[in-house]
Amino acid sequence: MSENKNNGGMSRRDILKGLATVPAVGGLFYGAYVSGKKYDATREARQSILKEFNIDAGVSTPRMTYTPGAKSTGQKIRLGVIGFGIRGPQLVQASGFATRRWLENMEKMGPDNDRLKAFYEQEDLNIEYTAVCDIFTVKAEEAKDTVDNGSAHGKKGNAKVYKNWEDLVNAPDVDAVIIATPDHWHAPMSIVAAKAGKHVFVEKPMTHKIQETHELFRVIQETGVVFQVGHQHRQTDSYFKAKEIIDKGVLGPISMVLTHTNRNSPNGAWVYPIHEQASPETIDWDMFLGNAPKVPFNKDHFFRWRKYWAYGTGLNGDLMTHEFDAFNQILGMGIPKSAVCSGGVYFFKDGREVPDVMNVALEYPDKNYTFIYSATQANEYSRTNLILGHDASMEITRELIVKPDRRSTRFAEKFEKGIIKPDEPLFSYVPGSTNLDAVTTATERYFAAKGLLYTYRDGVRVDSGHLHIKEWLEAIRGNGKTSCDIVAGYEEAIAAHMATVAHKMGIKAFWNDETKEIHDQNGNVIHEIPTDSPADVGVIA
Amino acid sequence: MQSLKNVNYTNGQLSMLVMLRVLIGWHFLFEGLTKVSKSGWTSAGYLLDSKGWFSGIFIWMAESPGILKFIDFMNVWGLFFIGLALMIGLFSRLAAIGGMALLAMYYLSHPPLAGLEYGAPGEGTYLLVNKNLIELFALAVLFVFPTSQIIGVDRFLYISKYKRNPDPQLA
Repeated sequence: MSENKNNGGMSRRDILKGLATVPAVGGLFYGAYVSGKKYDATREARQSILKEFNIDAGVSTPRMTYTPGAKSTGQKIRLGVIGFGIRGPQLVQASGFATRRWLENMEKMGPDNDRLKAFYEQEDLNIEYTAVCDIFTVKAEEAKDTVDNGSAHGKKGNAKVYKNWEDLVNAPDVDAVIIATPDHWHAPMSIVAAKAGKHVFVEKPMTHKIQETHELFRVIQETGVVFQVGHQHRQTDSYFKAKEIIDKGVLGPISMVLTHTNRNSPNGAWVYPIHEQASPETIDWDMFLGNAPKVPFNKDHFFRWRKYWAYGTGLNGDLMTHEFDAFNQILGMGIPKSAVCSGGVYFFKDGREVPDVMNVALEYPDKNYTFIYSATQANEYSRTNLILGHDASMEITRELIVKPDRRSTRFAEKFEKGIIKPDEPLFSYVPGSTNLDAVTTATERYFAAKGLLYTYRDGVRVDSGHLHIKEWLEAIRGNGKTSCDIVAGYEEAIAAHMATVAHKMGIKAFWNDETKEIHDQNGNVIHEIPTDSPADVGVIA
Repeated sequence: MQSLKNVNYTNGQLSMLVMLRVLIGWHFLFEGLTKVSKSGWTSAGYLLDSKGWFSGIFIWMAESPGILKFIDFMNVWGLFFIGLALMIGLFSRLAAIGGMALLAMYYLSHPPLAGLEYGAPGEGTYLLVNKNLIELFALAVLFVFPTSQIIGVDRFLYISKYKRNPDPQLA
């Protein structure tokens, strides 16, 4: 027991014992300081690369801004929607009107449902649906009910139901139309609408045939209506960053672009459910057929039209276009010089004409790269889209990762000095994060790739389809331009049609940019995609 | 701290208990420190990855911006101060309870149940018992075998409290 009690009852021994473990805290902070410095050094080295390439470390400026609960100002736009099958309701919902079915399903999932909340918080785009059209009466009624009663902002409507799309397009109380029909109707409707002075939002691909691609291009140019192809990827924030990085030359010379589709379900292979009320009485079959060969009423053709060349465009027009447009916006690829394509019906042998496995190579000799598209509808293995450059590769999913190439000449010195490592990302960009930074943690990346983090605007999760429609509406009001305009739509449609020509004819298809014609290797002009569609077409190519 | 009057450790027992307290403190403090220094850190991803019995609650927390902000704040500074308190031996029993509460949250949000797989890769294989649970019970041990009144800043508080009635264990 201590004798020394004059210090408030504390001896030196008390003080020593009381503070015995404090040095450990010092040790920890010192350790943290040292490891922090190491971390900073790595970070600085990477920041210096950003600086070297003059890349803004912040989030790229998105094309369309988003403010939850806001309302678009200016002229109220009166819309008509044609086609209310699968994509139609999605587009109408992205514009602020949900089907009764969807609302009921969401409400069943509980009041705190995220998607429902996001829907109600959507910006009010200041629109009114005055007209709806679907040739299946059930869907026409659902469309009317949706736009009349499904408003996220509590508005009531009274849309007119049209049996004939041409009447809708020519209606004086329709300023603009959303076209979400089978592919073979996209161009005919867009052309008539544009000629009637109506602005057009049309699903991809914008055309089904070669000649109507040229015609639609001409009509949109002549009429000057605001035109948007429905690629909502145009609003995905990581693509803006990707473009910025590539424009600064970080990847070095690019030699290949690799894109994919992997699906593995009947739904993903376009085997959609057949409605029990479908009959020749409820469906205007002749109108469905349009310019397609006259065949008797067929429910499979009607609901699963994507399986048949007469109405759909196969993997090339339906799904390659997604990837093509995404990379066209990043790289400015344009129309390829040539296309080869092969594939076949290998899994879904259900009488379909369009292949469920498809491989496309588009050549860009002027740009020194090949665009590859490879798809299967019978396997869901996740293949990352890649842009391969001599100095670095870019992986593009929801997130963005740039990895330096081991044999890069540009980075050779930095590898040697240990400033960057060949196996580690140069930097990565996670949507929603506030920073473009190499040091995003592995777990953050994991969560982003899993889709647990979403596409963002200023930290707010948002449906890119909503932004895409908003961009179109704003352009109609005179604010800005559409991002997936007629030029982008033309390039994509021609690229898809070239691939399909190559596949169906078993040739390499070439593009003559001066005459704007597709031809074979002997210079024979191919005016149109062959209409014959042998079931074993995959064997030919 | 009246109940501590009867605590009487051998030197070996005391050393090991203090060691355990400092190690757990170090773990907490460093976890807190890295999160404090990394601006913009959020538990959102971790919470969204929650599975098992209470995942609904944890996912709900992550999806409500206000609550998430609160959780992030409490977690970061909780780790920091609990770690510091355990290391220097100040209010160590309170810190032990706080630490147990945090660990209980980690455990309940990511329970190691058969068949559950988590996003963040774990460094071992567990069934019901994982390192969070063990650390939680280690803190429980420290709670019932306190040491900070002997080795730690709590000693000063303890002395001033009992200076009129000296305690034999302060020897």
